[in-house]
Amino acid sequence: MLRLEGVSAGYGAVTVLRDLTFEARAGEITCVMGRNGAGKSTLMKCIMGLVPATRGTVTLDGTALHALPAHRVPLHGIAYVPQGRRLFGPLTVAENLGIGLMTRGMGEETRERVLTLFPRLRERLDQVSSTLSGGEQQMLAIGRALCLEPKVLLLDEPTEGLQPSMIALIRDVVVQLKETGVATVLVEQRPDAVLRMADRIAFMAGGRVAEMVEARGLTADAPQFMAYVGV
Amino acid sequence: MESAVTAATLALTAVGLSLVFGVMRVVNVAHGEFFMLGAVSAWFITTWVGGPAWASFLVALAVAPLFVAALAALADRIVLKRLDYEPEATIVATIGLMYIFQQAALSFYGPQAMPVEPPFNFRIQLPWFGYSAYKLSVILFATLVLIGVWLFLTRTKAGLVMRATQVDRETAQAFGIDVDRVYAGVFALGAGLAAIAAVLIVPIQQAHYLMGHDPLLLAFITVIVGGLGSLRGTIIAAVFIGLSDGLIAFFWSPTLAKILATLLVAMVLVFRPQGLFGAKQA
Repeated sequence: MLRLEGVSAGYGAVTVLRDLTFEARAGEITCVMGRNGAGKSTLMKCIMGLVPATRGTVTLDGTALHALPAHRVPLHGIAYVPQGRRLFGPLTVAENLGIGLMTRGMGEETRERVLTLFPRLRERLDQVSSTLSGGEQQMLAIGRALCLEPKVLLLDEPTEGLQPSMIALIRDVVVQLKETGVATVLVEQRPDAVLRMADRIAFMAGGRVAEMVEARGLTADAPQFMAYVGV
Repeated sequence: MESAVTAATLALTAVGLSLVFGVMRVVNVAHGEFFMLGAVSAWFITTWVGGPAWASFLVALAVAPLFVAALAALADRIVLKRLDYEPEATIVATIGLMYIFQQAALSFYGPQAMPVEPPFNFRIQLPWFGYSAYKLSVILFATLVLIGVWLFLTRTKAGLVMRATQVDRETAQAFGIDVDRVYAGVFALGAGLAAIAAVLIVPIQQAHYLMGHDPLLLAFITVIVGGLGSLRGTIIAAVFIGLSDGLIAFFWSPTLAKILATLLVAMVLVFRPQGLFGAKQA
């Protein structure tokens, strides 16, 4: 599925990811945890080609993504929900979804599926997206990504700053996607949320995946949480 | 009437400048030269095509903006893209482009000012005044082009892609948008709009290799007053500045008109730096 091998990447002279190896499998939720600056968001951006890998390979089902320009990466079925949502703020909800649909040439059927998943968005189609509430903005950010009918979904802290009901809704959607065979990579900081969803957990430190563990059998007081996240 | 023609062509030129800044964050100092190249190539085209004035003018109106747009897209690829659209570097680079285009026009076209014959030349007699039919048609055509630009930006997929890129270049790429192509397209569109304005004006003013200075200054004033990146603000400011520039120049002097317009910019920059209609930057 999605595989990173020996990847180094960074911003200018600053190297953030160092010789990183990572894998996400179809129908599984892989959570990425680590302290601030461990390289979690850079890992997501590196998969998307937004921070190019200076060494190593990023492949999806054998296709070398690291060799592609950033705008061609999503065409292979990788969708991205960035940290902080990064909606196209002055555009309406319908237009934001439209950009998502355009990416891989999806049509009405996909749009309908997304609006069924998030009925609140259907009521707000003509609303400018920057005027939505935080929870609605996150629904739109995820809905826009699902408009690609992705094989791999990258979610960077999607529950940050949201109320519990919204967090539960987003968790339900992610679990539903997993059942349809989507490989989900989720950056998340709270052990309770991770343990409810994750199949595997990648603990990052110093720009590497320091430990990759099966989530089954792990509890909130597992030493990895204290060692790599500090909670 | 002169003022309304100035307002109409200024609106076209300034919308082009505003689009380029809004989407690409590039302050295009060479914008006035795209205007000049539009006028000069209209002269070349009408001279080569010959035949009835209306026919050669129509050819110029269709071909000159396309030629200038293609030149702009080329300049984007060769110069701006290589600078990664870095704001300070692109200002210096477009100053360089300005001189290159100016000197190229001087070499191939010469230092003289030459007129293009208007496509039709009659007056529409109204009870109070007679109006030049050509000047009226300039205002009408410029208005139609501006409505076209607005429809393009708000109703087409390409317009949606441009607006998304304007908001967030990185996220746009994560949704399959080829930002380099969008930038080349926007730079070409901006230059093309300036060239359309120039082709429309060249039967009234003559084509000259230094004619880009005034439109550049007025377009910058308009874009700053209207709010950088705000199309609505740019058009409203163009109408206001175009009309007042013409009226002050007619009743007092063109120099006073420029002094007042520049003073207006200074006031706007001091009291409302985001422009009258621009959104405040966070």
